[in-house]
Amino acid sequence: MYHMTSMTDPHRGQFRLSMLFNDTRYRSLTYQAIAAIVLALAIWYLGNNLLQNLRTAGLNISFGFLGDPAGYDISQRLVEYDSQSSHARAAIVGILNTLLVSFLACVTATIFGVIAGVLRLSNNWLVSKLMSVYVEIFRNIPVLIWIIIIFTIMTAVMPAPRAFRGDTPEATMLLDMFAFTNRGVYTPGPYFTAPFFANPFLNWVLVLAVLAGSLFATRRVAHWATGVQEQSGVRPTTWYFTLGLWVVPVGLLLLVMGLAWEIPELKGFNFKGGIKIGGALIALWFALSIYTGAFIAENVRAGIQAISKGQTEAAGALGLRPRRTMNLVVLPQALRVIIPPLISHYLNITKNSSLAIAVGYADVTATLGGITLNQTGRAIECVLLLMAFYLTISLLISVGMNFYNKSVKLKER
Amino acid sequence: MKKSAFLGALTVAGIAASAAVAQDASTVDQIKERGKLNCGVTTGLVGFAAPDANGQWNGFDVGVCRAVAAAVLGDANAVEFVPTTGKTRFTALASGEIDMLARNTTWTFSRDVDLKFEFVGVNYYDGQGFMVPKELGATSAKELDGATVCIQTGTTTELNLADFFRANDMSYEPVPIETNAEAQQQYLAGACDVYTTDASGLAATRATFEDPSAHVLLPEIISKEPLGPLVRHGDNEWGDIVRWTLNALIAAEELGVTSANIGELGASAGANPEINRLLGTEGTLGEMLGLDAEWAKRAIMAGGNYGELFAKNIGEDTPIALARGLNAQWTEGGLLYAPPFR
Repeated sequence: MYHMTSMTDPHRGQFRLSMLFNDTRYRSLTYQAIAAIVLALAIWYLGNNLLQNLRTAGLNISFGFLGDPAGYDISQRLVEYDSQSSHARAAIVGILNTLLVSFLACVTATIFGVIAGVLRLSNNWLVSKLMSVYVEIFRNIPVLIWIIIIFTIMTAVMPAPRAFRGDTPEATMLLDMFAFTNRGVYTPGPYFTAPFFANPFLNWVLVLAVLAGSLFATRRVAHWATGVQEQSGVRPTTWYFTLGLWVVPVGLLLLVMGLAWEIPELKGFNFKGGIKIGGALIALWFALSIYTGAFIAENVRAGIQAISKGQTEAAGALGLRPRRTMNLVVLPQALRVIIPPLISHYLNITKNSSLAIAVGYADVTATLGGITLNQTGRAIECVLLLMAFYLTISLLISVGMNFYNKSVKLKER
Repeated sequence: MKKSAFLGALTVAGIAASAAVAQDASTVDQIKERGKLNCGVTTGLVGFAAPDANGQWNGFDVGVCRAVAAAVLGDANAVEFVPTTGKTRFTALASGEIDMLARNTTWTFSRDVDLKFEFVGVNYYDGQGFMVPKELGATSAKELDGATVCIQTGTTTELNLADFFRANDMSYEPVPIETNAEAQQQYLAGACDVYTTDASGLAATRATFEDPSAHVLLPEIISKEPLGPLVRHGDNEWGDIVRWTLNALIAAEELGVTSANIGELGASAGANPEINRLLGTEGTLGEMLGLDAEWAKRAIMAGGNYGELFAKNIGEDTPIALARGLNAQWTEGGLLYAPPFR
């Protein structure tokens, strides 16, 4: 050890300026410092330039406009909003719409992707080729085109609400409950006739809390069953416990609160009542799902193929059927290959949801970065806020998924 | 991540930097050096600004662009038409991508004052209207409670619509659409019951339908929409040129100067001193603007005076069939009133 140091370090204690460039111990630091200074200068120059130009044009950077009334309406709003609400609230409505479509698309894209990825490796020639066609078609056409195609087909093929009118209407509701129109799908909406809270939102929180309690209880049951199994070698039958724990508490709660369904009905120009899933949301959701699903399918395939064939053969030798082999042996191991690229697909879905403007879906790019920006002329402020929002969301997704990745990756001891 | 934020900031700063560079030299000098006027127009609204089958831009707003190009550059075709949407138009003008905007844009206080633009006048007095399919049976906008309404996003119509329905205690579902063409498609497919925009735009859109008679414009006009060309703050000389080119077109109609008789009237000084000053056979108005004496003559010759432009593009003999209405000369009961040329 001592010899090594003395060989590479002959000028002990003697520091000369030229060593900053010549000595490998300092050189990288020197270059990094220079790069940092240049970067800081560039940012300072651009920032200063921006402020100076704004001043010359008589403009300033101010976020005061966020408190002003927005003045425009939004059709899909998850929170209370009208045209007298502030621009900030309009932005929140947009943010929630972005999160909604991103979440829905992430879930369905994963389902599509896993199914297509597994089936692509199917021994059935037709199935595997069909899945190849799906993957190649959907991932090789830009997602914007898919959004527009799906939206256009929807508006052109589905009947307008007025087609449901009259004694012999051109279109009828499915089961007298669901209406598929070119403005969206109307489904029955649940509500409570004897709610505990005046705010409907709180009632649903209560339902969710009960469901969470059920989840916890069933986990305990499973834990207990595993304990018994380890002791006696026989796993007790628990399915009726689990079923009861899931169904009874929430069923009782819903019964007490008087759950009822509001059926959509054609009144005036549109269907009223129930839940409306807007055409723009459906088009965007579906397009993002099938597009990203095609990429995820490839990840899943890669993940599965990364698992050595011996694992499948060993499972087969133990007598596991192919489906159980896939679910119990291959997929759990494949996850550690699948998860990291999946994170970036989730990020892509969130960012691609900003294409919503093409179909008039009121996401945050359409409200804050579209109408608000246009009506107030505060381009820089709005764009900065948008950047901050997307950055925050992307980082949060990243953190969350990395956390999950840690939990499934190969535990090395 | 740090890097992407930095790149974003770089882009924003870059845009701001380019705007400043563009403002250094005077706009007129830049146009002359370029040999072309960059004029922002709609992405396509028949009658106001739309390319024809040969890719040639035509229309009422296009006429204003061509008149300005003729006045400044002496060539009515030396125009680069930049299609803009309701959302992109102001950024395009503020950043210097276009020299002027002639895109049926409503003159409002905040656009003029807060966005730092200068509206140089009004070339069409309009108001917001509603179009519905005839089979709907609606005869008044007050019957539209609960309707789904297609609107062009980023326009004043969006705000007027919200105000109108609120004032009348009605509800509606907005469908925000980026361009007129998309709105038309949505409306015809029945994805919205109503299409609302400026009445002139509705008439122009309806004229392109397969069966225009199956659609009616409701009688309510819910807003004032004075549409006019605009330039950005900071170059008053350029603003003057655009303003007085528009005024020249309006004054020419009032004074009876048409593209047919302008050659004769402009050849030598005649009996009417104001015509003489307008056409440069008397006085030094052109010089005051920094142009030559025949600037207005060329502007009028480019597409005719205001009345000719109106009749040719959107008048009663065209499919759009708009009456002069408020857009008649003040001498005929309208609002067009060009300040004196002296």
